[in-house]
Amino acid sequence: MNVSNKYEVVIGLEVHAQLLTKTKAYSSDENIYGATPNTKTSVITLGHPGTLPKANKKVIEYAVKLGVAVGAKIRERNEYARKNYFYADLPKGYQITQDKTPICSGGTIEIKDDNGKMKEIKLTRIHMEEDAGKSIHDLDPFNTLIDLNRAGVPLVEVVSEPDIRSANQAYNYINEVRKLVRYLEICDGNMEEGSLRCDANISVRLKGAKEFGTKVEVKNMNSTRNVKKAIEFEVKRQIALLENGEKIKHETRSFNAANNSTISMRHKEEANDYRYFPEPDLQPVIITQNYIEKVKKALPPLPKELFQKFTKEFDLSDYDANILVDEKGIALYFNSLCNCTKNYKMAANFVMGSVKSYLNETATDIADFTILPERLAQLITLVDSGKVSNTLATSKVFAAMLKSNDSADKIATKNNWIQESDSSALSEFIRQAIVKYPEKVEEYKNGKKGLIGLFMGEVMKLSKGKADPKLCNQMLREILDK
Amino acid sequence: MNTYRSLNSIKNAIKAGETTCLNLVEFYIQNIENNKTLNAFAEVFTEEAIKNAKEIDAKIANGNAGKLAGMVIGIKDNICYKNHKSAAASKILEGFESLYSATVVERLLDEDAIIIGRLNCDEFAMGSANENTIYGATKNPLDNTKVTGGSSGGAASAVAANLCLATLGSDTGGSIRQPASFCGTIGFKPTYSRVSRFGLIAFASSFDQIGPITNTVEDAAIILEIIAGEDDFDSTVSTKKTDKYTYLLEDKSTKRIAYFPEFFENEGLDGEIKSTIESQIQTLKNNGHIVERVSFPYLNYLVPTYYVISTAEASSNLARFDGVHYGFRSSNANSPESTYTKTRTEGFGKEVQRRIMLGTFVLSAGYHDAYYTKAQKMRRLIQDKTNKILKDYDFILSPTTPHTAFNLGLEHKDPIVMYLEDIFTVLANLSGNPAISLPLARHSNGMPFGTQLMAKPFHEADLLAFSHNLINSL
Repeated sequence: MNVSNKYEVVIGLEVHAQLLTKTKAYSSDENIYGATPNTKTSVITLGHPGTLPKANKKVIEYAVKLGVAVGAKIRERNEYARKNYFYADLPKGYQITQDKTPICSGGTIEIKDDNGKMKEIKLTRIHMEEDAGKSIHDLDPFNTLIDLNRAGVPLVEVVSEPDIRSANQAYNYINEVRKLVRYLEICDGNMEEGSLRCDANISVRLKGAKEFGTKVEVKNMNSTRNVKKAIEFEVKRQIALLENGEKIKHETRSFNAANNSTISMRHKEEANDYRYFPEPDLQPVIITQNYIEKVKKALPPLPKELFQKFTKEFDLSDYDANILVDEKGIALYFNSLCNCTKNYKMAANFVMGSVKSYLNETATDIADFTILPERLAQLITLVDSGKVSNTLATSKVFAAMLKSNDSADKIATKNNWIQESDSSALSEFIRQAIVKYPEKVEEYKNGKKGLIGLFMGEVMKLSKGKADPKLCNQMLREILDK
Repeated sequence: MNTYRSLNSIKNAIKAGETTCLNLVEFYIQNIENNKTLNAFAEVFTEEAIKNAKEIDAKIANGNAGKLAGMVIGIKDNICYKNHKSAAASKILEGFESLYSATVVERLLDEDAIIIGRLNCDEFAMGSANENTIYGATKNPLDNTKVTGGSSGGAASAVAANLCLATLGSDTGGSIRQPASFCGTIGFKPTYSRVSRFGLIAFASSFDQIGPITNTVEDAAIILEIIAGEDDFDSTVSTKKTDKYTYLLEDKSTKRIAYFPEFFENEGLDGEIKSTIESQIQTLKNNGHIVERVSFPYLNYLVPTYYVISTAEASSNLARFDGVHYGFRSSNANSPESTYTKTRTEGFGKEVQRRIMLGTFVLSAGYHDAYYTKAQKMRRLIQDKTNKILKDYDFILSPTTPHTAFNLGLEHKDPIVMYLEDIFTVLANLSGNPAISLPLARHSNGMPFGTQLMAKPFHEADLLAFSHNLINSL
């Protein structure tokens, strides 16, 4: 038996999401990524003596949005707290966060487990806080440089229960969180730029054990894939230690992407005592039931709901539905498309095929896609009614529609792509095909029914591909079977 | 010789052509120079004040001057003024110039007050003698061997010695009222959240309040009218409408006044102060007011509660002074860690260090509940009790200080003795109520002492009106 089968992996994730507010959490400084260092820094961001924070109401709205979307309980009276520690990129010497009164408690994120089944990961809490600045160690050979543009950028921290049982589940969880914040448009979910960050608390224990093992916190994983790799490494490392009879140290480790390993940063015994206390410079924020209802009403459709709709109402496979809900724009496009056509499967195929490949190849955002759902629905109707073959629709009509605002019908007609379904014209092609191969007609009549393909091919050739294959097949059989 | 002791007398004199803003500024600058030994000012904005005086004289001539035209005012060294130094009397802010002005400063300037300089104080407003300062102790103008009290010692000294008409101080545990009591001026702490703290270098955020030190109650009312009220930059400021404090000074209705026997029985209270305040109570009764004994059971908890919470907040508020971003950085630092430790060890004075350590301790894991949380609960009890009493009474009357100004140099012996200086003043800060110290009497030792009146939250108008009449009637 593989040793790893002896152990159960226990993971809890803390996800920090930078909120897409125009201004910072406690000042009117612009919240923007990539600006010239230290240009989005008023005296408030700099923490100059005498300055005071002012809470940005959008931060509360965004946190409530997320809370409602995950089914969390929203707290009525929200106090801010100070988390005190010294760091060069923390200008006030404390971070304004929430301690005992997080804005959201509970809630769940649904993920796929290792067998592809749905699993609920419970959330402990979501709270609001401000980001620190950035210390840049690799630009100057002798000095650490500090950029305070990020200082005061609003964050929500989403803390999960230790419900995650594998690196793969963690990977799925982060993807779900990212999908959700993108759907809600509260965070761009970009892990490479640090707008979504994740710390993992990882431990292992013998299967069936009741007590948790000693947990290790891993930081600095700047992609979903790195989260997975870091956990895989950490699990192996911890199991190997236990197998060697050694103990796991309660520590914080950093992921090293260069060799997919983790290295020790600091031991928990050396950890800060953050000396939390209620922030006296901010009034507690009261969130009324009324406000929560208003946010709830304004909530966009969520991936979970759309997945349900696509599989139940539109009868799509889980696989197709998953691909379609992955990106909000695509999902909403497909949803609108399905208001214009009832051939959901064909609509799904068009979106997953022609539409997505066009968007990918040209790096176009769905928002800028020129074929609106109504026009694409016309094309689906054309195919559906047999006027245009599927092949012509995807290879020619779709491409032509990208370059024109004309209806699919008009384009197909103008280009002579409408299928030959006029039975008299077809009869003439069939007559010619039969006349051409009298001996094959005999063989067919003697039982070699497969020869119908030969006649079909001939008719197609004569009609330059426009013969409606269904109708053609039917008429051929009628004549040959006589 | 300038004998104007109120803005109205100055305005009348300017109108009558007897003086100008320029004359006033030149007089004050000369008087500051003559009283240099008082050490009231950390810096005098000489040229700037002269320039502004000329401009305001022109405005007065044009008839478009602001409400405070003619007021020459000083600001405590912990109130930020754009492009001016602001150091809270600390080495750690050596060389620091503020990039912005405090809301109160902007409001004063908008009404054409002339800011003549920044005033000596205790470092980060921590002290009761104005001896914890990089500028050296401020001296009491009535007796140069005595302290001014603190922490707004320079602010009280400057008004008492007529170095300017009025000053702005800050009051966290009595820092306006106690030096006002020691120097014989009026010291007024408005309700917590009545005046914006934006630009006030924080000591203890849930206590700090800016207020005026003046010669007359009327001037205190005029200043409050200008500086009070909503501010976009301080979300803890009350949105409650401000009153026309100056119009309401004429109210002469009879009042219900409470006094706490526990305060009068306190063993630290000077016997002569006690008997004087008692005779004031008798006079009030004779004048038709109802003055009654009301028990206040928490006297012994006031100072400990105050010191636990205020130092906790201070330990966090002062974390930003780390030598990384601005102000003083130790030249002995050779690593990130030593930048913090050496800068803070060399940059902060002893008393500030003591309070940072005390505050850090009461918030630390394992002690948080026993000290900080408990003190918060105590504070709530004190608040509730105070406001319950003030449901039945308009004011609470007490001495401002247990004794008159003490000798310079006593400070460093026992910090606890010094902390007990605040025993009568901290109540108003713990509860957030407005309170004023009025110079109603003089001790046989020659030094003044204040009578303190505390009112319901946001009842500054009542408090000022009653004080105004009291001063005129006693």
